[in-house]
Amino acid sequence: MGILEVKNVGKRFGGLQALGDVNLSITENSVHAIIGPNGAGKSTLLNCLVGKLIPDTGSVMFDGKSVLGLKPFEINQMGISRVFQTPEIFGDLSVLENMMIPCFAKRDGAFTPNAFINMMKDREIVERAEHVLEEMNMSEKQQMPAASLSRGDKRRLEIGMCLSQEPRLLLLDEPTAGMARADTNNTIDLLKQIKDEREITIAIIEHDMHVVFSLAERITVLAQGTPLVEDTPDNIKGHPKVREAYLGETQDAA
Amino acid sequence: MFGLEYKDSRMLILVAILVALAPFMLNPFPEGSGMAQFNAGYPDLMQRFVIFGIFAIGFNILFGLTGYLSFGHAAFLGVGSYAAMWMMKLLTMNVVPGIIFSVLVAGVFSLAVGWISLRRSGIYFSILTLAFAQMSYSLAYSVLTPITGGETGLQPKVTDPRILDGSLAEGTIAKANFFGLEMGSSFELQLGSWLFTFNAGYYLAAVVMLIAFYISIRIFRSPFGLMLRAVKSNQQRLNYTGLNTKPYTLAAFVISGMYAGLAGGLMVAMDTQVGAERMFWTASGEVVLMTILGGVGTLIGPVLGASAIKYMENILSKINSDILHQWFAFLPDGLEEFVITLIYPFIGKGWHLTLGLIFMAVVIFLPGGLVEGGQRIANLFKRKMPGKDARDNKS
Repeated sequence: MGILEVKNVGKRFGGLQALGDVNLSITENSVHAIIGPNGAGKSTLLNCLVGKLIPDTGSVMFDGKSVLGLKPFEINQMGISRVFQTPEIFGDLSVLENMMIPCFAKRDGAFTPNAFINMMKDREIVERAEHVLEEMNMSEKQQMPAASLSRGDKRRLEIGMCLSQEPRLLLLDEPTAGMARADTNNTIDLLKQIKDEREITIAIIEHDMHVVFSLAERITVLAQGTPLVEDTPDNIKGHPKVREAYLGETQDAA
Repeated sequence: MFGLEYKDSRMLILVAILVALAPFMLNPFPEGSGMAQFNAGYPDLMQRFVIFGIFAIGFNILFGLTGYLSFGHAAFLGVGSYAAMWMMKLLTMNVVPGIIFSVLVAGVFSLAVGWISLRRSGIYFSILTLAFAQMSYSLAYSVLTPITGGETGLQPKVTDPRILDGSLAEGTIAKANFFGLEMGSSFELQLGSWLFTFNAGYYLAAVVMLIAFYISIRIFRSPFGLMLRAVKSNQQRLNYTGLNTKPYTLAAFVISGMYAGLAGGLMVAMDTQVGAERMFWTASGEVVLMTILGGVGTLIGPVLGASAIKYMENILSKINSDILHQWFAFLPDGLEEFVITLIYPFIGKGWHLTLGLIFMAVVIFLPGGLVEGGQRIANLFKRKMPGKDARDNKS
């Protein structure tokens, strides 16, 4: 039994069958990559896992409990954190405040009407936030407005915000999309470090094969809404079906 | 002080001093001089400064923090006013039960309106609140006449039960009071040719405003306030961070509705009358203008904006062409006429034109409102004194 069990999930948008019949099992404390050409349904699948979309058929179980029909905040409270394709952070707030929000969410739950305590005097939360920022090497940027961070730092902050909640499953949606090579390598190093230091399951959707092969322990190849193969990186590299799926795409593009 | 950071305590004390000394500061010109019409230190106007200040402080908790722009807050102001008036009719002319009741009723009403309106965001939310406010206005004006007095509105009558007060003596009228202290009573201080008026109602409203301001500072600095700012900044991220945005926005909506109700209750406490026009949509628009003019999302901005608009409404609108002729009498005849013709559209009934121009200038050049203007001026002075920044950082 994996920590995340996806069974027979299908999703249709009008006439388009975005997901056919997806079965996926992610083992606890592993790094699982989901790859596939454009339009393969990777993002649709991810959205079905975090509560943004509800699949038409099938079931999604996290740690033995169904997540179908739950709101994104409820799924997060169960222990699934999501990193977006373009970093989603609180641009108007300072870096420290950005980090404090998930800490509050983790400790106090989805809603706490604590309008009469001073947030900066809540030492437990401030120290926790500062600690995670230190781990992310962002301590000296605490007071900066988050919007003024570089793209790479925004990504670090977002990953840090997710980690501060100590999620059991971290979902990354193309974490290096649109990044320069140096930033991409930094992100890979960061994710490797996270994987080595924590007990965490990581599921990563990625286009960049360099990222996938440096991180993943298992890879699922998705094409036209259905999983083509699932195997270790070494076996995936030379797999004829995978080559076909990707080669097919390049021919179409040309 | 009271659990506030040093900077916030300093601001609260500064505001308290300004409010306490307002009767002096707003009357800088001697009685009978040509400039006396710019004096704003009379009770009626000072009361409006602080009451609309409360209204705007509350509105800012919703609009400034969460970014949800309500176009219907005058409804809560009006509901608060009616609630306070009914307390005066049924219970007592003491303003305390009325003010408390106005906050409660506005809170319940805003809970209902907010619960429905907050199903949508952006422009749809604004339109929903506007629709609710206009519905309330129409109801108060027509169907609900037995409760609201319709066109004529409500005033305390001799025949009202007022079960806590004794019956009125023959020929007297009921006056709003605070445990016996009449709201209308004033102490006048004559210093040379200056006349200063200290009004009981103003000081009651001012104390309530300081409490309201203090609560708003606490909310701004709390984790709750942090979540409200996060709603404005990135609602999607907040949802995926395990926080339920709905109760947060609804709580902010109800709090700001209660502030509006409080302002409405105080209005009745000051002038013991209420009419449906208090709920008209222009009144809702006015508080939006006040907040933006002063500085959205800042602590003191809404109070500044409210005062600025009320000052223009009451002072600028009183200038007429006779006064202009007095001012420019020193100019040669033709030129005098020309200058007056130029200025005339901006004064008297044309004060809205001036307000519009100032509002446009602020939005374009000072997006942070009057507060940003103040900060820019302060920065200019700081730059001229090297070394001061270093000292500031230490404190």
